[in-house]
Amino acid sequence: MSAPLNATALTLPAQELAWKPPSRGRVGIYALIAAESAIFTIFVVAYLFYIGKSLSGPMPREVLSPPIFYTVCLLSSSLTIHFATTTLRGGRVRSFAAWLLLTIALGAIFLYGTASEWHRLIYHDGLTVTTNLFGTTYFSLVGLHGFHVIVGLVCLCIVMALTLFGLVKQEYAERVEVLSLYWHFVDAVWIVVFTVVYVIGR
Amino acid sequence: MSTESIPWPSATAGSRSFVDTLHEWVTTVDHKRLGLLYIAYALVFLLIGGIEAIVIRIQLIRPHNDFVSPQVFNRMFTMHGTTMIFFVVMPVLFGFANYLIPLMVGARDMAFPRLNAFSFWMTAFGGLVLYFSLIGANGLYGAGNAPDVGWFAYAPLTSQTFSLGHSTDFWTLALLVSGFGSVGTAINIIATIVCLRCPGMTLAKMPLFAWLNLVMAGLVILAVSPLTAAQIMLLVDRYLGGHFFDTQAGGSAVIWMHFFWIFGHPEVYVLVLPAFAFASEIIPVFSRKPIFGYPVMVGATVAIGFISMSVWAHHMFTVGMGAAANTFFVISTMAIAVPTGIKIFNWLATMWGGKLEFKTAMLFCVAFLFQFLVAGLTGVMLSAAPFNWRLGSSFFVVAPFHYVIVGAILFTLFGAFYYWFPKMSGKMYSETVGKLHFWLFFIGFHLTFDFMHIPGLLGMPRRIYTYEPGRGWDTWNLIVTIGVFFQAAGILVFLVNLLWSYYRGKPAGSDPWDAWTLEWSTNSPPPAYNFALIPTVESRRPLWDLKHPDDPDWKYE
Repeated sequence: MSAPLNATALTLPAQELAWKPPSRGRVGIYALIAAESAIFTIFVVAYLFYIGKSLSGPMPREVLSPPIFYTVCLLSSSLTIHFATTTLRGGRVRSFAAWLLLTIALGAIFLYGTASEWHRLIYHDGLTVTTNLFGTTYFSLVGLHGFHVIVGLVCLCIVMALTLFGLVKQEYAERVEVLSLYWHFVDAVWIVVFTVVYVIGR
Repeated sequence: MSTESIPWPSATAGSRSFVDTLHEWVTTVDHKRLGLLYIAYALVFLLIGGIEAIVIRIQLIRPHNDFVSPQVFNRMFTMHGTTMIFFVVMPVLFGFANYLIPLMVGARDMAFPRLNAFSFWMTAFGGLVLYFSLIGANGLYGAGNAPDVGWFAYAPLTSQTFSLGHSTDFWTLALLVSGFGSVGTAINIIATIVCLRCPGMTLAKMPLFAWLNLVMAGLVILAVSPLTAAQIMLLVDRYLGGHFFDTQAGGSAVIWMHFFWIFGHPEVYVLVLPAFAFASEIIPVFSRKPIFGYPVMVGATVAIGFISMSVWAHHMFTVGMGAAANTFFVISTMAIAVPTGIKIFNWLATMWGGKLEFKTAMLFCVAFLFQFLVAGLTGVMLSAAPFNWRLGSSFFVVAPFHYVIVGAILFTLFGAFYYWFPKMSGKMYSETVGKLHFWLFFIGFHLTFDFMHIPGLLGMPRRIYTYEPGRGWDTWNLIVTIGVFFQAAGILVFLVNLLWSYYRGKPAGSDPWDAWTLEWSTNSPPPAYNFALIPTVESRRPLWDLKHPDDPDWKYE
């Protein structure tokens, strides 16, 4: 058996190589975001395709009104998490915790908005998944987005808990930024969902 | 990067109990062990899917046969298709990617080792969920057990009305679960290739294997996710009473076709790009020449990736989509033959003037070149909508499809098994038995799939349970079925060769083929940490540079 070649290092004419590959966390989350975007694309296409094809009521125009306040809450949470990561990068952990708490609160308010809208639709307007195509597509698309908000909130709460135990330090700013990218994605998807459901769909 | 090696139990195998070994394999996050697990898992399902194919072919061997009941026949072709695509070819390709990519790019593991283990076990559970349907899916009404809706599960068939019991639910859940695994692996492959390349390995100096798998992973992300979305919709329909695919409530059956084929066609390229990757590594080594036209190969790969996202509806010409859509999909489908043709010419140019060594791996790759050419040509025939209207859903469609999956993908896959077996096991396989495998499988393949075109042209539909005598289909079906037994014999010879060589083979050494990529620079099998020192590379063939310091490649690239 010949001697393994890895006994000698493969250093050919030694050049100083400035070798800085990108961070795997960022690349990983971008790939995940691409996959999630594909899933949302299919749901959005289905929603657009089925607009106006319901055979019975209630129709979107009768029961939907744009949730402007909750939308503002969710979109501002993108801003607050941006401030959170910037402060953590600067090493100010206490103000990081404050911004993070504000982000979680804004996300929770948005979820409350979705929940109350669903409650009204189901118990007042009698719209469920089985009622008509509008119900099927509406609850699927908004529900898929709401599910992503919940996942994001769970992750943010874990970071919050770790911060309270003093485990989040400046050197982990990169990881929190990766999570913030996911949160930005959830917010960006809401812009699409809002446009499709409350603007085009009505 | 170099500090991320994982702890590994010292190599005192043999003295450890079976439970310890099992525990080690189940809890492993090492990319090589996970790669081997993927491969072993896929080989088990290859046997299962192969037996299903044999049942289908015995049923069709002569007219008015009743080897199995019509219900069982439907289950067999559904399970055969689903098993082979999702639980044989994808896992085995992921296995090779997992095993080889970190070694080829000079890394110590994948980017996310625990995600890697998670992905494998999701895929594994997906296969188990699918086959659990045999005992779990009966449900009420004496409904059937295994799924019987065909591997693309067209819409009205999958509704509660037509698919009683839980067989379709098991099909949906199996694909959903294994889809999560596939996307996880794809993310891992991308992050590994982008972030963990060793110093000096710029994108233009990566082995083509890494390039092709990078594009493959991108396609998995963009193609498998729509399938996941469609499966969620199907679950909403079946469990929550939704109407996505319910035509009674205004839903559309055609939109399921679109969603499925938006996954389904790029999926073909997900499967074939790794096959190209194997060929792009094996052909140069056994031609003793560097790959011809590396930048063009990369460009063609990326072009295939892009175009493959816009050809899905050529599976739906018979639906009647209208002239504009038909024209678009005819043109895009024909366009994809261009980058693919460029690749074939580049492989031929690599062999041209080379010192060819017809080892078993090379034999499989040369057969691949010609078979893939035929598959591509029949593909162009079927891409013409008027031709397709005649032959859609006939046996003629089944033949070119298997020409790609078996003639191109499985052939290069066997080549890859023979090429990297010495690296993975540390032992040499038997070249004589390998060639016996090649010839048996080669003859069987051509008996089956060459002659399968003809009953299709004579009007035999696909998926029929049996047929009338005297339509000119009888002899062809007999020949097709005989070929299957040659293929089965070839696969048994292959498995015997693997097992025998693993226990009795001669030691292979670290570099039996005098090859050029980094995986051959470390021991066979590689240690847990892969490389004692993270290598630095200067060209596409780092080992050539090391072996020929007087004439290194980087002078010319």
